[in-house]
Amino acid sequence: MWVFLVTEILFFGGLFTIYTVYRSLYPHAFGHASSTLDLTLGTTNTAVLIGSSLTMALAVHTAQVSRNGRLIALFLCATMLLGGVFLGIKAVEYAQKFHEHHVPGPYFHWEGGDPQHVELYFSLYFVMTGLHALHMVIGEGVLAVLAIMALRGRFGPSYFTPVELTGLYWHFVDIIWIFLFPLLYLVERHS
Amino acid sequence: MQTAEQIAPPSAERPVHYLNVDYGIRSWLFTKDHKRIALLYLFVITGMFFLGGLFALLIRLELLTPAADLVQADTYNKLFTMHGIIMVFFFLIPSIPAVLGNFVLPMMIGARDLAFPRLNLASWYIFVVGVVFTLWAVFTGGIDTGWTFYTPYSTIGSNTKVIPAAVGIFINGFSSILTGLNFIVTVHRMRAPGLTWLRLPLFVWALYATSIIFILGTPVIAITLALVGVERGFHVGIFDPALGGDPILFQHLFWFYSHPAVYIMILPSMGVVSEIVPCFARKSPFGYAFIAFSSLAIAFLGFLVWGHHMFVAGQSAYASLIFSFLSFAVAIPSAVKVFNWTATLYRGSVLLDAPMLYALGFIGLFTIGGLTGLFLASLGLDVHVHDTYFVVAHFHYIMVGGAVMGYLGGIHYWWPKITGRMYPETLARLAALIVFLGFNLTFFPQFILGYLGMPRRYHVYPDEFQVLNVMSTAGASILGLGYLLPMTYLIWSLRYGARAPANPWGATGLEWQTPSPPPTENFAITRPRSRRGRRSSRRRPRTSSMTRFSSTTRRGSACGSSS
Repeated sequence: MWVFLVTEILFFGGLFTIYTVYRSLYPHAFGHASSTLDLTLGTTNTAVLIGSSLTMALAVHTAQVSRNGRLIALFLCATMLLGGVFLGIKAVEYAQKFHEHHVPGPYFHWEGGDPQHVELYFSLYFVMTGLHALHMVIGEGVLAVLAIMALRGRFGPSYFTPVELTGLYWHFVDIIWIFLFPLLYLVERHS
Repeated sequence: MQTAEQIAPPSAERPVHYLNVDYGIRSWLFTKDHKRIALLYLFVITGMFFLGGLFALLIRLELLTPAADLVQADTYNKLFTMHGIIMVFFFLIPSIPAVLGNFVLPMMIGARDLAFPRLNLASWYIFVVGVVFTLWAVFTGGIDTGWTFYTPYSTIGSNTKVIPAAVGIFINGFSSILTGLNFIVTVHRMRAPGLTWLRLPLFVWALYATSIIFILGTPVIAITLALVGVERGFHVGIFDPALGGDPILFQHLFWFYSHPAVYIMILPSMGVVSEIVPCFARKSPFGYAFIAFSSLAIAFLGFLVWGHHMFVAGQSAYASLIFSFLSFAVAIPSAVKVFNWTATLYRGSVLLDAPMLYALGFIGLFTIGGLTGLFLASLGLDVHVHDTYFVVAHFHYIMVGGAVMGYLGGIHYWWPKITGRMYPETLARLAALIVFLGFNLTFFPQFILGYLGMPRRYHVYPDEFQVLNVMSTAGASILGLGYLLPMTYLIWSLRYGARAPANPWGATGLEWQTPSPPPTENFAITRPRSRRGRRSSRRRPRTSSMTRFSSTTRRGSACGSSS
């Protein structure tokens, strides 16, 4: 699983490289574009995701020390719920972007200066958060399977590998967001 | 022992092995046996090889004459693109790791299977899905961007099936990643007791280095091609110059994978040669540790040289300078290997069986390919020969002269183990010679053509280049014959070949300790052994501990001179 996560890091690494290059080329456009994002929603989402990592860690811990399948399932479901909240808020943000015509493509519209580079920023924004959201959706599916297995009492101190590995995956997706959040939302707010 | 087996009627007390343990299509499509999965790969990859070869044949036929008589420019663009895509992504990259590696890696380390057998089967299915997407692109109109998918042509210029092809390669990438992951975990966790790292066969070292490239490089090409697809499909601009995007950035990301991918193709071949040469020279490999670690050095340096594809693409002169230097540096571990093989041959009692002929061919052709690579890595010379047939000849010497020769050598070397039958030796030696001669006749004239200035990727050329092009096309037809011949007699040998003993070559690798073909879990004897003081023994469930490696066991899988 660790080896798999290495490939995932490289996978996102390509995108982060592109982001770095373009941001160093066009810092102002990226700053302007970034300041249109909804900081409240972004921060809420960060908190929600960190909370989901907590419940995930609790699920792993419970599986390691007890055979209480219902408690494991409860924590897993809490993780799913928080993940769902995250995706919901993300959907709201995407909807806003559609209303504001900030989705790249033929309908893109930008009032301020430098529209091309702003569109570049939004391209990256959608690809990076979209890929992240896709990982979340996959994680939700895996969590659902795990929760059902947990209810059937499959996990306990002698066998908790699936829970642990899913935990690693979930934390990884979380960490990606921890990087995405400052890069996409906070770059222009230091002053 | 060999004669006894030949005399025995085939029906009398036939041993159960992985091929006859179960019959029917289900037992193959749902198998978790690494040996059967390797054969599944072999079928698909062979099909792709001949499809790619067909495109190559059409390209060479068009180039027989200076004018455009067989195909027009658009068709020609599609031909070389599809030849490149199929050969690179669906033959060269998976060929040795997925077929030979899958088959012998677990046996070489004394394991019953790979660490994740289900994942192994899944990666075959993923590979097939990738193949289907690519074939869809091929048969519904083709694609003409070149196998490199350079933007902005691939995103806003081309009107061909770029998305299906990109999706196919994207999916195929996951197959590579999973195979690499499986190999790494297997080598780490499932070696037989006593088989320490520095006693691993050299082929395992090569596969290990390859797997590292798989898991570090492939995700980058996957995301890059995904971005190309997104840019085409949803008009999201990432590399689009109209939005201030930088097409050169695409080239950086593309070559960050695709240069290491060259080492994905050549490293396993080097591993095969490192097995064959000691075996048929009847010596242990000279400089075992140097060969092993040069594989890792190549994998590492391979990630630092991608810029040499972009000397004339507009990167800064200083970057080019450094990339040029690093590209020269890769020559060092490559040369270390060549020198060690040569030193292994020195004063060996060399047997010129077919696998050895391919290995010797590999050494010669790889040396030519590698040295001409240095020409291309020099900044000044590269400007002159850039995008000419010199480049084409160079990478075909590495890809075909190197990777394919190694693959064929490996197929012949392990064929008795895989099928339990011997191939016809005289015919095989003849085929090896035909391949060698046909190859040189095809590609050596291209060095001269390129130096004289014939650019690549054009279907017409000035009249003065015709003689060399005719030579090249003639060579290509000989080469094609040389590939069809092994295909024919190998299939023939399945039914009529002599039965193979467990160890026909007198080799010492663990894979030769078990019958040919091996039983389903590779080794008949599975004695549980107490491992003194090994607390981790519980965590190695699938290791079949048939052999405890004694300290006198030779390193690598060299042939014991005692045999």
